[in-house]
Amino acid sequence: MAFFLDLITNGLLVGLMYSLVAVGFVLIYKATSIMNFAQGDLVMFAGYIAAVMLGLKGMPIWLMVILLCAGMVLLGFVLERGILRPMVGQPLVSVIMVTIGLSFVLQGLVTIIWGGSTRELPLPVRVAPYTLGPALISPINLVAALIALLFLLAFGLFFTRSRLGVAMRAVADDQQASMIVGIRVSRVFALSWAIAGLAAAAGGIIWGNMLGVDRLLALVGLKVFPVVILGGLDSIGGAIVGGLIMGAVESVASGYLDPYVGGGTKDFIPYVLMILVLFIKPHGFFGHETIERV
Amino acid sequence: MINRESGVFQTSYQGDMAVYPLPLAKIALGLTLAALLLVPLGLAGNDHLLSILNTIALASIGAIGLNILNGYTGQISLGQGAFMAVGGYTAAILSARYGMPFWFGILAGGSMAALVGALFGIPSLRIKGLYLAVATLAAQLIIEWTINHVPWIGGGAQSSIYVDSPRLLGFVFNTELRRYYLILVFFLLAYFGAQNLVRSRVGRAFIAIRDRDVAAEIIGVNIFKYKLLAFAVSSFYAGVAGALWTYYLRIANYENFTLAVSVEYLTMVIIGGLGSVLGSVLGAIFIKLLPIALDLTVISIAKNVFGISYENVANFLANFQLLVFGALIILFLIVEPEGLARLWENVKRYFRLWPYSY
Repeated sequence: MAFFLDLITNGLLVGLMYSLVAVGFVLIYKATSIMNFAQGDLVMFAGYIAAVMLGLKGMPIWLMVILLCAGMVLLGFVLERGILRPMVGQPLVSVIMVTIGLSFVLQGLVTIIWGGSTRELPLPVRVAPYTLGPALISPINLVAALIALLFLLAFGLFFTRSRLGVAMRAVADDQQASMIVGIRVSRVFALSWAIAGLAAAAGGIIWGNMLGVDRLLALVGLKVFPVVILGGLDSIGGAIVGGLIMGAVESVASGYLDPYVGGGTKDFIPYVLMILVLFIKPHGFFGHETIERV
Repeated sequence: MINRESGVFQTSYQGDMAVYPLPLAKIALGLTLAALLLVPLGLAGNDHLLSILNTIALASIGAIGLNILNGYTGQISLGQGAFMAVGGYTAAILSARYGMPFWFGILAGGSMAALVGALFGIPSLRIKGLYLAVATLAAQLIIEWTINHVPWIGGGAQSSIYVDSPRLLGFVFNTELRRYYLILVFFLLAYFGAQNLVRSRVGRAFIAIRDRDVAAEIIGVNIFKYKLLAFAVSSFYAGVAGALWTYYLRIANYENFTLAVSVEYLTMVIIGGLGSVLGSVLGAIFIKLLPIALDLTVISIAKNVFGISYENVANFLANFQLLVFGALIILFLIVEPEGLARLWENVKRYFRLWPYSY
């Protein structure tokens, strides 16, 4: 039982970190109906920039965070303006391919500029784990979960309280109707990419610290798919719940099954779960079900 | 003139419906076939060039298959690499463990891949677009994982299975040139098979589903059947390509069938032109030649301009390729979304009335 509780707790904490990456993904999908296959690469890119900046002498961590967030927001704007706006009206597969192309460019770019070796991204956090009943919790997981919660709370407030947030929800609901009431849809698109950049910055710092910064960090992006499918592609709440469930399932499954199959369950179970969800409830728990009318 | 419709009078329905109705097209086809058959003879001994040709032909088979699914039926698949793996490993297991001849391995590999592809195509009944893309992504990752973690399928450590050179009636395909002709046969079958398929009742049904699935259903196309069929046909192509790839390399290795490979095939189809069989081939040529051309230019620039030796530039090269690859995808999609096939159409259209184009 203790083992189980330990697995669940850590799984949930990791799940929150998945949610953080997933939120950026969901945001873009919600506002622009684009599935961003480069979200993981944005996370990796942010991780690299964070690690490089921390490597500079005398760079305080708060300055790094501010610069990184500003930079990623800017990158989000540039990407939307430069490569995604021309794709409006193109078939789905082309839009997907553009984001995949973007992921190649980012991966090639970081390794050309900063080399392929793994960098550390040290954060001023205690290493020794806390004991909470039967569960061992490493402080960095806790910090990460805290940051994730903060972010998600901020997004929640933004979407319900601020004018812009409401505008974004309106665009997500019906682009034409929002144009009619005077919302600048193109500006909302740009904004959603900028916020996704912000989410990637947070994800980059946390995941970069957990896994180390190299090209493999982009694989976090692949883990996002099961999360968002489970929660529903266009639901921020779904991204959180999906992240928690996926984190827990993954952790428990790898804890109990890994000894039998020789490891790697973590990379397998989420996708099986995802296929099952697609079979049974294709729009996830909180996803918006599209009804086609002729 | 031989390259125009004017002056070419079809006197039978068959002539009018032909794939290549114009005399020029027939001549060009004949010349191309002759070149495909004869030119490699002149290259005998130049294994490097021949291996490039072989790679392109193999990639074309996979790309044509993906285009049937993606370009003609409108179902996005990120699992082409995995379906190739199913074909490749099926063939390798049959040949290496049960001593089956290669033609049986290729057929069985194709059929097995078709089965698995149709299985993963089942969600396409309820979901479409991006959701389907994610489902096929799951197929890719699950199949890859299975190969790496089930020793009976993947062959244990390194996940590779060795096979012998294919042989037919005592003739062994053990040189690059011999393998070229083997692959060429399958390439031509795949090419003309696809060209005829998309003009048939089945192909029309595929296109109807792509253009508007609801409308297709109303005019009596059984959507589920044809979607699964598209998945099966596409995966069959992938399976055959994977099996051939295995016999060609004489090893089945999952590294040839990763997610990156799936994406590469998707790129071929998109850069080549969605919904064009010829485009698939053009895309395959482009994508396979690009890294080679890039290598040569970068190495020569490094050597002649900066005086850097190959060893120092090798690491840079791999990443630079990735960068250019990604940038090209983006550029192509923004500038010419309909791909190389469209460019080729434009060229043909220009010469249609040339030199009196007004």
